[in-house]
Amino acid sequence: MRSLYISFISEFYKSRKTLAFWSAILLPLSICLIIALGFILKYDNLVKYPPQMLWFYFIYPIAGIMGSLLLPILVIYNTYAITNMEYKGDTWKSLFSLPLPKLSIYSSKFIYIIFLTFLTMFLFAIFIIMAGHGIELFRPQLKFSGFNPTEIIFRSFTKMFLSSIGIISLQFLMNLLWNDFLKPFGLGFLMTIFASIAANMNWKYAIYIPQAFPSLTVMNIMNSKKGIEFAIFDQAIAHSLICGLVVFVAGYFILLKRNIK
Amino acid sequence: MSQLAIQTVGLNHHFGSQAVVRDLSLQVPKGSIYGFLGPNGAGKTTTIKILLNLLQSPADTVFVFGKELNHNRIACLAKMGSLVEQPAIYGHLTGLENLRNRCILLGINKGKADEMLTLVGLKEAANKKAGKYSLGMKQRLGIALALIGDPELLLLDEPTNGLDPNGIIEIRNLMIKLVTEYGKTILVSSHLLAEIERTATHVGIINKGQLLFQGTINELHDLSKPSIKIEVDNKDLALDLLKANGSEIFSEKGGVINVAYKSKADMGQLNTLLIQNGLTVYSIGTEKKDLEHLFLDITSKN
Repeated sequence: MRSLYISFISEFYKSRKTLAFWSAILLPLSICLIIALGFILKYDNLVKYPPQMLWFYFIYPIAGIMGSLLLPILVIYNTYAITNMEYKGDTWKSLFSLPLPKLSIYSSKFIYIIFLTFLTMFLFAIFIIMAGHGIELFRPQLKFSGFNPTEIIFRSFTKMFLSSIGIISLQFLMNLLWNDFLKPFGLGFLMTIFASIAANMNWKYAIYIPQAFPSLTVMNIMNSKKGIEFAIFDQAIAHSLICGLVVFVAGYFILLKRNIK
Repeated sequence: MSQLAIQTVGLNHHFGSQAVVRDLSLQVPKGSIYGFLGPNGAGKTTTIKILLNLLQSPADTVFVFGKELNHNRIACLAKMGSLVEQPAIYGHLTGLENLRNRCILLGINKGKADEMLTLVGLKEAANKKAGKYSLGMKQRLGIALALIGDPELLLLDEPTNGLDPNGIIEIRNLMIKLVTEYGKTILVSSHLLAEIERTATHVGIINKGQLLFQGTINELHDLSKPSIKIEVDNKDLALDLLKANGSEIFSEKGGVINVAYKSKADMGQLNTLLIQNGLTVYSIGTEKKDLEHLFLDITSKN
């Protein structure tokens, strides 16, 4: 357990100055700021809406693009960036020649990528709430404070976070197998486009495509009663977690059999 | 308790159908500087990677301080520090941060990072990004990373690559200091033969994956047949006289003839023979092949 902890701390130490780490913070911040700016500038069109609808209009563009594109691409990029750090410096060999269990080294990277995704989702939730109340400071006519969205926002982003676990495991495995930008990134991107179309067309097998889980999750949230009555665990989330676990375990056994070059 | 820091027993390794290590039985004594010599592609780096468990090896073929590597991976690696091929460093981190990261992973005090930077002469560049280091600086950082855990056994794969002459001397002195003062064991691979000759106490010569020689540096020197180098004013006459005397001629170039050495008395008789036949002998003495020639002789055999 200690070796897992120190490996995780090392992952943070190594990546804290990289785009992967900062994108986890800056992406939610910049998106929320841009939308907030839009609300402040175009407030006269929005004054007529009740607080609940104001929150809905704020979250809708984020959740919509998040499910179909942003979350999968963010995960694909983060996974690439964290594993590529080792390829770039040719440091896999030094990592695996340290007196640490291979499982700790492998798991810490996987957990760190999950942590970065969690951080992004958590910050999205925080920044959305802050932005809503911030907008009201500039435009008191927009009564964001008339509705408390905290629970629904956190539940939505928890659900979206869980839906990404399957993609993380697949991308992580691909990045371990290929010291290449194009193969894992290109394949992941193509699968995301395909899965997004499949999910939006309600293709019955979309539920088995990991890249479709975020899209399906967002659709489930949007289609729920009043947009607020939804369960965190549904079929897409269950498939995401199962996919994550199975690929994670398979990846470890593949790693054990591989030579580190 | 094993007196060997490293022992391999009939070790083989293949890349696909190509055998890169064949029946290798290394024996690296504790407290030695073991020079692992071989031309490029001989299997040196592959062997070092096997010793670090980066490449798979069959059970009961690799032992580190008497412990079987596959079953005691962490215990074995805890005693080793390594520099394999080019230094493995994070270019976006500074030299100091690279070392501090290693301290985190080894669970040691981060203060050790400053100590190591001073040791390898990188204190002034501590806060410069390692990606901007010169090749020599990267090599020094790689050595610092290998040393930071205070390992009993160091595996250094061509550590003087990219270093200037001063840097090479510093690393050489550092290796000698680590062995003589701190009782470490060092396996250092190189194709720089003169480098090995100056530092190693033991030598292993590998070519095409096979160990062709293993022993102390003196045992290696003993392998070379000494010759008598004679410089005369009339080479042709001298050659006729020596052949008639039954001496084995190794080579003749310019005014210099090399003949087989038998004994001091024999060398004296040859000198007398040449002088008595009217030749002027400018110089006569024994000559041994240097390590480089020996190495070429040994590696050309397979």
